Amino acid sequence: MITCKIELSGGLETLFGDSKEHSLQVEPENGQATLGDVIISARDKLLTERPELFMKNRSVRPGILVLINDTDWELTGQLQTIVEDGDTVTFISTLHGG
Amino acid sequence: MGRIERGGQRAHRQTGQQPNIIHFHRVSTSSEPYESCSRTSTQTVGQDDARVNWEGTEHQLTKEQVVRYSRQIILPSFGAQAQSRLCNSSVLIIGAGGLGSPVAMYLAAAGVGRLGIADRDAVELNNLHRQIAHRESTVGIHKCDSAGLTCRSINSSIQVEMYKDGFNQQIAMELASCFDVIVDATDNAPSRYLISDACVLAGKPLVSGAAIGTDGQLTVYNHGPDGPCYRCLFPEAPEPQSCSSCSDAGVLGVVPGIIGSLQALEAIKLASGVGRPLSRSLLLFDALAGRFTTVKLRQRMPSCIVCGTSPRITAESLLSYSYATFTGAPSHDAGPAPLELLAPIQRVTAAELHKWVTSDSVSIVDVRPEAQFSIAHIPGSTNLPFSEAKPQAFDEHIELMRQRVRDAAIDTGDDSLHPAVCVVCRRGNDSQRVVDLLVANGVNDVVDLAGGLEAWARESGVDFPHY
Repeated sequence: MITCKIELSGGLETLFGDSKEHSLQVEPENGQATLGDVIISARDKLLTERPELFMKNRSVRPGILVLINDTDWELTGQLQTIVEDGDTVTFISTLHGG
Repeated sequence: MGRIERGGQRAHRQTGQQPNIIHFHRVSTSSEPYESCSRTSTQTVGQDDARVNWEGTEHQLTKEQVVRYSRQIILPSFGAQAQSRLCNSSVLIIGAGGLGSPVAMYLAAAGVGRLGIADRDAVELNNLHRQIAHRESTVGIHKCDSAGLTCRSINSSIQVEMYKDGFNQQIAMELASCFDVIVDATDNAPSRYLISDACVLAGKPLVSGAAIGTDGQLTVYNHGPDGPCYRCLFPEAPEPQSCSSCSDAGVLGVVPGIIGSLQALEAIKLASGVGRPLSRSLLLFDALAGRFTTVKLRQRMPSCIVCGTSPRITAESLLSYSYATFTGAPSHDAGPAPLELLAPIQRVTAAELHKWVTSDSVSIVDVRPEAQFSIAHIPGSTNLPFSEAKPQAFDEHIELMRQRVRDAAIDTGDDSLHPAVCVVCRRGNDSQRVVDLLVANGVNDVVDLAGGLEAWARESGVDFPHY
């Protein structure tokens, strides 16, 4: 089991009890924990409402950027990215207002 | 397609076959037009005096420009060369609102030679807390005119162009092509995709900013050999219900001001060739925590349908691409369309309700969020908030409503000519959902206020603030 820090931005915090920072314990499905595991755990343990505004299928919904230690998950392997104890995972909802 | 004229000093107005750019015209009436930037730097005094008074190194600034921009020219990391490039550059600002205001003002002040401003709205009083290019005296006036006026009053030596139909598909390619840098200061998803696509196809860097509530975001798209575009990051559009607008979610005025100022900075860096633009980086601003964070973004995606290896969106197909269908959202930041859930007999007009209220024989239930109820409500009304996103949260109020209808019916008497309880909200959509929910739970004798408190403010004849 690993413990990672979850950060929320761009309004996503409203789905997580209006708190922008959380600590999350993740039990990997097999072997090492991945970002896919983190997303499922965040939904199950931290999300307080409207899961459809956080997830679609087994990933995040369109319009959400996922970062691990301030780096776009596209550069690290998306859902398969290995998450280690102490890592920070950030979910950012893209804003449109102006 | 008509060509957008450039470089002239007189007002242009195109007619006939170019309806899309008919509203384009110059506001620059300056005696010191943009062309002066390209004048030789060797200055002379008087026609018969060929004596050289001064010359600059690798810049074409006039004496007036040296004086005006001296404080940034003497900056070693900027200098006369960068200022000269800035004076010869052109920037298009799309959206003259909370973001676009500081962008336009700072770029005008900094001496960008040619500024384009595209918007299609008029200034409203509720814009002024954040859209600082506008004034009380310009409420009701087109935002392009209002912002143009402000830019000219800051710096009359630059050229300002207005595109009063906004940045639409018909002129997107042409507009993006005739500016060096594009600034996205719009407020909705369809516009953001259209602007990004046009910038990719025209090969122009895009400074993109967004702000809502107390959060801001900033990045530069389509820049350098590997900079991603908006679609690389968001190939699939978010659902409309996950996007909030300033008119519904609110915005702290200074937040778009900060992001807009940073957009002006990025535009200046790109136009002058100074510094490292925020490409492949996303800056996040959390106003309440007082925190800026910059995160590293992906490079251009080979799979991207506009900037990838086999693009499906081209300059031609962009014209017929449906941005509204793709994003499921209209290209404006207005409220939701009116719902027609209830039968007309289940609804009352503001004028009717006003009669009932003055005769003190109706009980009013206001279902807006508490923050909005606290701004203003009809005296004597009760706040039982309803949220479309969480309708089940209203279940706890249903018994209360049943009781209220019963009590009100006793008060008004059996011979009352109207229902005992009226449900009101901001625009008349949530109130219909609540009445529908109540009727489904056997609570009858309830109506809603058609058009909500917006209609009430307009039509009831009482003094009520519109927000």
